[in-house]
Amino acid sequence: MAEFFLNKHSVVKQGEHFYAKPTGEIKQPKTFAIYRWNPDDDKNPCINRYTIDLSDMGPKILDAIIWIKDNMDSSISFRRSCREGVCGSCSMNISGVNRLACLESSADYAGEIRINPLPHMPVVKDLVTDMQSFYDHYSEIEPWLQTSKAPADGREHRQSPADRKKLDGLYECILCACCSTSCPSYWWNPDKYLGPAALLQAYRWVADSRDEERKKRLKYLDDKFRLYRCHTIMNCTNACPKDLNPAKAIAELKQEINQLH
Amino acid sequence: MSSYETTQLDYDIIVIGAGGAGLRATLGLAAKGFKTACISKLFPTRSHTVAAQGGISAALSNVEEDDWKYHFYDTIKGSDWLGDQDAIENMCERAERAVLELENYGVPFSRTEEGKIYQRAFGGMSIEYGKKQAHRTCAAADRTGHAILHALYQQSLRYKAEFFIEYFAIDLITGEDGSCQGVVAINMMDGSLYTFRAQKVVLATGGYGRSYFSCTSAHSCTGDGTGMAARIGAPLQDMEFVQFHPTGIYGTGILVSEAVRGEGGYLTNAEGERFMERYAPNAKDLASRDVVSRSITQEVLAGKGVGENKDHAHLHIHHIDANVIEERLPGISHHAKVFADVDVTREPIPIIPTVHYNMGGVSANNNCEVVNVKNGKINSIIPGLMAIGEAACVSVHGANRLGSNSLLDLVVFGQIAAEHCANTLKPGATLPTLNKKSVDDILNRFDQVRYAKGDISVSEIRNKMQGAMQRNVGVFRTEELLAEGKKAIMQCMQDYKNISINDRSLIWNSDLIEALELNNLLYSALATVACAYERKESRGAHSREDYKQRDDENWMKHSCCYISPDAKVNFDYHPVRFETKNVDSIPPKERVY
Repeated sequence: MAEFFLNKHSVVKQGEHFYAKPTGEIKQPKTFAIYRWNPDDDKNPCINRYTIDLSDMGPKILDAIIWIKDNMDSSISFRRSCREGVCGSCSMNISGVNRLACLESSADYAGEIRINPLPHMPVVKDLVTDMQSFYDHYSEIEPWLQTSKAPADGREHRQSPADRKKLDGLYECILCACCSTSCPSYWWNPDKYLGPAALLQAYRWVADSRDEERKKRLKYLDDKFRLYRCHTIMNCTNACPKDLNPAKAIAELKQEINQLH
Repeated sequence: MSSYETTQLDYDIIVIGAGGAGLRATLGLAAKGFKTACISKLFPTRSHTVAAQGGISAALSNVEEDDWKYHFYDTIKGSDWLGDQDAIENMCERAERAVLELENYGVPFSRTEEGKIYQRAFGGMSIEYGKKQAHRTCAAADRTGHAILHALYQQSLRYKAEFFIEYFAIDLITGEDGSCQGVVAINMMDGSLYTFRAQKVVLATGGYGRSYFSCTSAHSCTGDGTGMAARIGAPLQDMEFVQFHPTGIYGTGILVSEAVRGEGGYLTNAEGERFMERYAPNAKDLASRDVVSRSITQEVLAGKGVGENKDHAHLHIHHIDANVIEERLPGISHHAKVFADVDVTREPIPIIPTVHYNMGGVSANNNCEVVNVKNGKINSIIPGLMAIGEAACVSVHGANRLGSNSLLDLVVFGQIAAEHCANTLKPGATLPTLNKKSVDDILNRFDQVRYAKGDISVSEIRNKMQGAMQRNVGVFRTEELLAEGKKAIMQCMQDYKNISINDRSLIWNSDLIEALELNNLLYSALATVACAYERKESRGAHSREDYKQRDDENWMKHSCCYISPDAKVNFDYHPVRFETKNVDSIPPKERVY
């Protein structure tokens, strides 16, 4: 009989509750429940709570997490860089939804704000996940312009404004992985299913009037795992912090492949 | 010191940094058959090049008849005659090829009706030597940096360049002769330490905006290359020239591209007056960035600032057709909504001049080789070390960079670095044995920081430094302010010896990495304030209230400074180069917009 057991470190325990030292009258108290795990000790992951005064810091959730790191516990690890929603570093699960911490306002969340690493990714430490498989999927779709030769006049490829417009809503992807890591199909088949981010990028090249390998690209995707594990669950589109629509891009791919058959 | 195991890896070339400059160099080197490693503390598409908005300059003539010689003139005038004219000639002459190459790489540029690359107006860019406004800035909506950075990373994948992602470069390894032999880096994912050995190390680490409290720069812009170079005794050049972008969002410092004014946006004060018409009668809102930043600051100082505290200005685009905004400025509209709660089709954006770019950096020659400056001239190169992009000072931007010249700088000097290596080095050449003392010294410093048990936190010192830079080394400077600033930064460097780290782990220990970054920031900040104190004139972005005039007789020269481990600063200078090849050099004259 098959035995099922949980890895001993998979149970997330309740951690401690810390309170910021008040600097005066507390105006906007808020509690952040943050996932903590240190690979160096043998302890289980835990949720630590940090109660802070939002009026001491900038309005975004990233401001709050940085404030906690600077003032309460410098050992907490997370990725961050541009703090304006263009680099895609600070993607995390915020009260159940994948988001960029730098674009979310703390005041928009009622009650305790729950901060967890992106779902279903191997955790390296605290909120830092191992993104390698996600990046590998991106490389797999060969995300570069493929043409047999450069433009004859040695200048730019000509592209009409209308053809260029077809790339809007696609080229803006920042590879934050909010979509892919919210997708149940990606959770089940992270090894074989490319996931919404890579598929959105695949469509970005299929839709580019300059690219000459449209058919090759579509044929590669015509596979029951790479593309067709998408069951139109639409979590990807709900999750995208840049308001892109990976589900639509996937639908376009399916249609174009249909026409090839 | 506890002993650390290190793994030695050999390459022809090591590039540190994976922004625009680093990636262009990396893929150029890989394409030329060099065994190249690109080390980056960030996944490449997270580098700060991604945040560049407005565009990349090149005289393509897609909108009107243009010439790279006009671009050359504008860049020199923009630099307030501190830019080296041979370097500027090089950059502007190569601009067209560089941008066409990017398009051929797949960058999704916006298009003109004929299907060519769309070009927009940008500050300080003119046709026929100042006669009329040029449309020279090639744009992909207002996400040009994103489009270029992603395309360069995609090309790197195509050429199968080798990346070491989330490796933090700690310090450069030097031979006994002072040459650079490689770099020690830590893999943040598992804490393992590496010595990378190579014929050349290329610094492409970007700027150090985070030495200031308010900046448009990412958290990761910590001057790591500047710090590493300074610690091996390389000179930092023209560090006093810090560009304040006229339009950072008030409160958060988020960048609002010059493209907004390029597309017809304008600034107003509390009286609703378009005050730039007074300061720059011809160019108005599209004067050079230093000019616009000073004008805004003067309006605020004159009590004409907007808002409750009368401390900022307004940027308007609500008069522009909503469809144009949606097509050309979608990113800005989003930023204004998220970070200022402003609907740009109805309300003005509250803005304030914000630290944006470092014209200064590691002193480098036209081949991107890092040089020593002694007794008023370039003395020798530092073998094995190169610098490109914002980390370097070649100098193509002089005392003030023109908008959209930085993306160009990245690509062109990334290309040049790769070409120079191809012309002077052989793939697979024998490498000298690493200097053990140098490696030990680096690991020693690393260990001291890792186990630091002092009583001042990283954030406390960083806050002090950022506060001092913001207060004392701002848009307008005086001897008194700068002296005070210098003292404060010196004190921060003292405090650093008493730093405390709480996380002792080696795996993704950002407490430790931030401490190492802070050290790099401190070197950069000290160089900035010290050079600003020394330069007794006003030129470009360096505005001294006590020396209001540009002084070509005494100060048309590059400041170079050397920082010793005990925070002593030594200065040297070398003259601005006026020699050019295919164009007449531009003699200094008064700079009016």
